[in-house]
Amino acid sequence: MATVSLTVNGKVMSAEASADTLLVNFIRENLGMTGTHVGCDTSQCGACVVMVNGDSVKSCTMLAVQAEGTEVTTVEGLASNGDLHPMQQAFHDNHALQCGYCTPGMLISSIDLVTKNPNATEAEIRHGLEGNLCRCTGYHNIVKAVQAGAAEMKG
Amino acid sequence: MPDGNTGIGAAVKRKEDGRFLTGKGRFTDDINRPNQTFAYFLRSSVAHANIKNVDTSAALTAEGVVAVYTNGDMEGVGGVPCGWGLTFQNGDPMVEPVHPILAAGKVRHVGDPIAVVIAETKKQAKAAAALIKIDLEDLPAVVNMTNAVEGGTLVHEEAANNICYDWAIGDKDEVDKVFDGADHVTSIEIINNRLIPNAIEPRVAIGDYDAVSQKYTLYTSTQSPHVIRLLMGAFVLQIPEHKLRVVAPDVGGGFGSKTFHYAEEAMVTWAAGHLGRPVKWTAERSESFVSDAHGRDHVTTAELALSKDGKFLALREKTYANMGAYLSTFGPAIATYLHSTLLAGVYTTPLIYSNIIAVFTNTVAVDAYRGAGRPEATYILERLVDRAARELGIDQVEIRRKNFIPPDAFPYQTPVALEYDSGDYEATLASALEGADVDGFEARKSKAAKNGKLRGVGYSTYVEACGAAPSAVAGALGARAGLYESANVRVHPTGSVTVFTGSHSHGQGHETAFAQLVSEQIGVDIDSVEIAHGDTDQVQFGMGTYASRSLAVGGSAIVKALDKIIDKSKKIAAHIMEAAESDIEFEDGTFKVAGTDKSMGFGEVALAAYVPHNYPLDVLEPGLEESAFYDPANFTYPAGCHICEVEIDPTTGVVEIVNFTAADDPGIVINPIIVEGQIHGGVAQGIGQALLEGCVYDDNGQLITGTYMDYTMPRADDLPSYVVSTESSRCTHNPLGVKGVGEVGTIGATPAVINAIVDALSELGVTDMPMPATPQTVWRAIQEAS
Ligand code: FES
Ligand code: FES
Repeated sequence: MATVSLTVNGKVMSAEASADTLLVNFIRENLGMTGTHVGCDTSQCGACVVMVNGDSVKSCTMLAVQAEGTEVTTVEGLASNGDLHPMQQAFHDNHALQCGYCTPGMLISSIDLVTKNPNATEAEIRHGLEGNLCRCTGYHNIVKAVQAGAAEMKG
Repeated sequence: MPDGNTGIGAAVKRKEDGRFLTGKGRFTDDINRPNQTFAYFLRSSVAHANIKNVDTSAALTAEGVVAVYTNGDMEGVGGVPCGWGLTFQNGDPMVEPVHPILAAGKVRHVGDPIAVVIAETKKQAKAAAALIKIDLEDLPAVVNMTNAVEGGTLVHEEAANNICYDWAIGDKDEVDKVFDGADHVTSIEIINNRLIPNAIEPRVAIGDYDAVSQKYTLYTSTQSPHVIRLLMGAFVLQIPEHKLRVVAPDVGGGFGSKTFHYAEEAMVTWAAGHLGRPVKWTAERSESFVSDAHGRDHVTTAELALSKDGKFLALREKTYANMGAYLSTFGPAIATYLHSTLLAGVYTTPLIYSNIIAVFTNTVAVDAYRGAGRPEATYILERLVDRAARELGIDQVEIRRKNFIPPDAFPYQTPVALEYDSGDYEATLASALEGADVDGFEARKSKAAKNGKLRGVGYSTYVEACGAAPSAVAGALGARAGLYESANVRVHPTGSVTVFTGSHSHGQGHETAFAQLVSEQIGVDIDSVEIAHGDTDQVQFGMGTYASRSLAVGGSAIVKALDKIIDKSKKIAAHIMEAAESDIEFEDGTFKVAGTDKSMGFGEVALAAYVPHNYPLDVLEPGLEESAFYDPANFTYPAGCHICEVEIDPTTGVVEIVNFTAADDPGIVINPIIVEGQIHGGVAQGIGQALLEGCVYDDNGQLITGTYMDYTMPRADDLPSYVVSTESSRCTHNPLGVKGVGEVGTIGATPAVINAIVDALSELGVTDMPMPATPQTVWRAIQEAS
């Protein structure tokens, strides 16, 4: 067991974790934040994506101890003072979620994608999100939402 | 009508989005109970074997282990029941082997659970399971249906030749006679590939037992909480309904696969009672692959008899339907009740014969997956029609038009039991032709040819039967349950409303669409309406959500209950305004006395019902709450036309969908945003079946496609954006005129895609294309043709 301390959504947090605890389980079980989801055991669904030091990361591919001292953003940290992040708003406006299970990872991946490529084309968005599975939406509205969110984020 | 339009037809943004966008959804795995333990299932790694011995002694003493159970520990516990019974052609009942919660004496598929370990942590449970010693005597695996029905190795001793049932509908002799005299016969061999539903949320179940009230609670990721309570309570664990609560909170997609009662649900509930502690099980994805029911897996030979000018005269088919190793809840119904009955499609084919042979194999159970039987039937039919048109040199659109059931022929009785109440197939066809710019296709094809690409266009005109009802028809065709829906509408004293519905939302947006219904009917704002679902202690009863039934059946039950609310409210309003009840008019949330300026708001009436100072207590009870059960008169029949345009690189076999157009008739639309979303998602899964997805077992019954690395899920860069439109014709027998939309995508899309590929490759002499049409498959077909 080791104590892992990190900043999650702006708050310093720490908890005990064994050496083999995955970051996603640490967030869900040790920190009790269940917004981040688990959809697979081979790092291929993207339901678990969080931001670590400004990069989107599949949190099932990282050990909790590797996240020591990092800045993590999860879906719970996107809205500020009750205002949705522009990407959250765009997902709502464009009906880019149905069951909502993929949504946390999809949002974080989308924000990372358009932060790094504000003028992403439809093809680039589709390629950029190919690590995130959604079984419900057929991606059509997600792509629309990411375009709308990108425009809004550019201001 | 309240501020802003929030009633029927309004593009209201979803009320449920807020919690999902901010990480506050409450999925089953997000629930933890005090003093909870964790279950891990030890599953068979082989497809077929006798269990000689299971030694759990080392596991029992491992750190953190609370209990280890095998089948022998579960005396008195029943098997997982099947909800549908069919007969052989001679009237004998289908073979229905016991499906034990934990394997009894034999394992029958990879993933069949042998033992369960319950420990303080998930990690300890899993580690201890590795200490269980299993002595298995391998048996040959029965995998391929063609071999299975020849006998030899049996999956179940009682099922001769591994046949569960051999069932038929239609008059074979009549049909054969027409075939003998027909100008032309088109035949086709079809494999409807086995698919794995793969909702992104894996299944989760938590059993809990309260010793004081002697009551069990099961939290489970299900589409049908009351059905699970009924099946598990009555058949498996013998717990009466009033001592068993089933809660299905937010559920992360289902697509059919979370409709059924699964062994793990019964196991955690039973163990919780035994141990007096909550027991939680969360499937790992690799477990989902070998324990969630799969879909499709039909092998069919079909023929269409035509006149030389392309009129359909008769159709006959023989389908082998894989049941897997055990019968899942609706397993036997898929190929029969939902498949054979749909073989008329949108056409006037006068005679149809369908013979279904259901086969046991050493594979995971097969049951409903989005569309359930109807995609299989539509695929057969639309591939046949496409091929017939090519053989007779008739245009694809013309052959369909020539055989359409015309709009004035409704109600239309098909030769396979269904009576279609309404439809306008020409309208959706015309809309799709326009959306797809079919007129410009030849120009696009020549342009593609200049770039070395082969371009093709494929059509599918389909109808589906949805709603999974009425009870009497379902009963006649083997259902062991009714297929109605129920609703309870509770109007609170200040006029806000809670609706308790037996439908269950796992992505369909009921909290919004149902609130829109209430808003439309009684004029309250949707923000004053709460939709409660997914808890058997809250909701009176329900049959759950599948077969696109929520709005047509569940929504109609809500309307029926609202009608009772309005009736009672009118009586209250009449009393207070001192008018005759027959003079009360209700419009936009206001009760008026006809011909006067007297009126009362809905909220005022609600308050009067709960504060009955001036109230007709001699004839009316206080309070404003009504329940209704709705059993529809018929299925509903959504229909439409999907057109797919592909471009194929003949050097690599890569297929790109360049245009996809869907024009659907889902009946009256409550919320167009939600309807379009359902079409998008369904089309993606339909394309998935056509191009990407295929579950593969090897000859030993090992699942080769058991992870997301091996089973190709449609990803964002595999799919196009879609052109979607709706052309609504009213359903004539439910109060809303709604039909349904959840499954039109998987039904309409798949044949359109494959027909487009065949069209693109037809100039090379390719006439067939197996699914999934991966680059390798397409490339091979090109090589073989040239
Ligand atoms: S849980 Fe699937 S990628 Fe992390
Ligand atoms: S919304 Fe259900 S998986 Fe994406």
